[in-house]
Amino acid sequence: MKKLLILLAILPSLAFANAEVHLDKAPIDASNHESLQRGARTFINYCLNCHSANYMRYNRLLDIGLTEKQIADNLLFADGKVGDQMKVAINKGDAKKWFGVAPPDLSVEVRARGADWVYSYMRGFYRDESSATGWGNCVFDPVSCKVSMPHVLYELQGVQAMNHETHELTLIKPGRLSVAEYDSFIGDLANYMAYMAEPAKQQRNHLGWFVLLFLGVLLVLTYKLKKAYWKDIH
Amino acid sequence: MTDTKKSAAASKLDGALAWVDDRFPLTSNVKAHLTEYYAPKNFNFWYFFGSLAMMVLVLQILTGIFLTMHYKPDADLAFGSVEYIMRDVPWGWLIRYMHSTGASMFFVVVYLHMFRGIIYGSYRTPRELLWLFGVAIFLCLMGEAFFGYLLPWGQMSYWGAQVIVNLFSAIPFIGPDVSEWLRGDYLVSDATLNRFFAFHVIALPFVLVGLVAAHLIALHEVGSNNPDGIEIKKLKDKKTGIPLDGIAFHPYYTVKDMVGVAVFLIVFSVVIFFAPEMGGYFLEANNFVPANPLVTPAHIAPVWYFTPYYSVLRAVPPILNSQFPGVAAMGLSVMVFALLPWLDKSPVKSIRYRGTLYKKWLAAFVVSFLVLGYLGTEPSNIWGQFGSWLGNAERATVVARIATTVYFAFFVLMPWYTKKDKTLPVPERVTG
Repeated sequence: MKKLLILLAILPSLAFANAEVHLDKAPIDASNHESLQRGARTFINYCLNCHSANYMRYNRLLDIGLTEKQIADNLLFADGKVGDQMKVAINKGDAKKWFGVAPPDLSVEVRARGADWVYSYMRGFYRDESSATGWGNCVFDPVSCKVSMPHVLYELQGVQAMNHETHELTLIKPGRLSVAEYDSFIGDLANYMAYMAEPAKQQRNHLGWFVLLFLGVLLVLTYKLKKAYWKDIH
Repeated sequence: MTDTKKSAAASKLDGALAWVDDRFPLTSNVKAHLTEYYAPKNFNFWYFFGSLAMMVLVLQILTGIFLTMHYKPDADLAFGSVEYIMRDVPWGWLIRYMHSTGASMFFVVVYLHMFRGIIYGSYRTPRELLWLFGVAIFLCLMGEAFFGYLLPWGQMSYWGAQVIVNLFSAIPFIGPDVSEWLRGDYLVSDATLNRFFAFHVIALPFVLVGLVAAHLIALHEVGSNNPDGIEIKKLKDKKTGIPLDGIAFHPYYTVKDMVGVAVFLIVFSVVIFFAPEMGGYFLEANNFVPANPLVTPAHIAPVWYFTPYYSVLRAVPPILNSQFPGVAAMGLSVMVFALLPWLDKSPVKSIRYRGTLYKKWLAAFVVSFLVLGYLGTEPSNIWGQFGSWLGNAERATVVARIATTVYFAFFVLMPWYTKKDKTLPVPERVTG
């Protein structure tokens, strides 16, 4: 009985410790166009089969240094047009039957969860024979470690195992990429998804300095104007 | 141009003005409200926020008009139309960030404006109605912000609206019917979105602008208060009838307010261009997930400007299984500002001439307001629990209850401590 009470007392703290998942820092660099282009290719080749990015147009990729011809030749399938949005053909009902949940749209995923989350999540899959897909992921759900999405990139990453005592992942079967290569591959993807979540961000930051410069000059002028008008008020 | 030509043009302009003045009181209104409206010459930092609030109102209306051109008030399209504005509408992202940042900055300037009114006793005779119009503006603004927050149709929009509308169900007897009537459905849905859109873009802005006009008319009738809390109209120049400590609003305060506008726009632009989410306080991360009636977020928190009152709501325990006391306390915590003119019994208006007792109470109020505001953004288990000696109560809830008590005590005990307080003698003329 006493043991049970002690267990009950420490249970909340255990659950709390378990719910805190460590996220690795994603290598985000919006000015690195090569990284963004590699990430776009990965996104379109791997993610865009089940997940849509309904608010993102292919020709927005002109922003990150691609040409319309490159987009049309390499990233579009069949009779797509460069002005199209990144939609998927997967039927929501089917998807729900197959995975238990329809894959969410990823246009603004990074704004909802953060780039670090995407970066950690895509590197967090491990073999879990007890789950429906054969994969678990503690980044997705720190409590149950269950996830509906299978590990789409396992051929590249290989297979990881989870030590549930230490919460550490170990590679038990190598994939086509080394660990460092896979990390940089996912880093590019996270970088691209961060860009896709807010394509105007670069322009916003760039423009901001000019606006502040203008307002700084305005402040000096208005201050001098005020001084001039107020010199006879005591 | 030669001199004769110049004077000919000037006299033509005078003629046009005379023509208008014969038909519309243009010159007399400009005089009454700008060039011959005399404001105390000792306005300080705290006096920038009235004009800034007005500028933000104009900004919100202008950006709102452009957003309305592209936004779709439809549960299936709303979320996507906001992203459409962010991506495909030229400069749409800028307009949207100006509007979303403007909403938060509106509350920043209005809170500072209200605080000014409190510390300098601007609500005291003869400015009671002016203050009441202000409180009405504040209430209207809260409604405007609440209705507007549903429109992006993200998870926080949806569940925030769900929680707030459900509060009305706690009203005895009529509650459930009232909340259903507000939603237009059994849960927040397309019908709710459409009516909130109507309230947000026409009903409340209309009322808001009307109230602001009434606020200004009342202000110009009684004249501005000042940091000394004395009436400048008592001492006028014998010949001109102009208050000795008064200066014309235009040009003196128009040029001064322009400096305030420039500083404000710098702060505003830093947020818009470099931190539009403001770390999740202005735009919440969960609101980038489309509204889903089937998935309740683990942690529902209102936007920062509502959190003090939300904390009051959570702090008051249910009585007889009814949430009504909490809801009533929350409503009261907002409305109680309206009573200030009648609660304050001090012989002086301004904090400059009040004693330490009042200052201590004011400090306690400010601290409790900020603590409640912070706690409202966090789940109530944020600080863990006390030991069994306090029944394992949540630390944050206990702190919120103490802060709520202080918050209300500031108002309830005001007649007592303002009367008891030792005040300083008030000067005849403003002290700069």
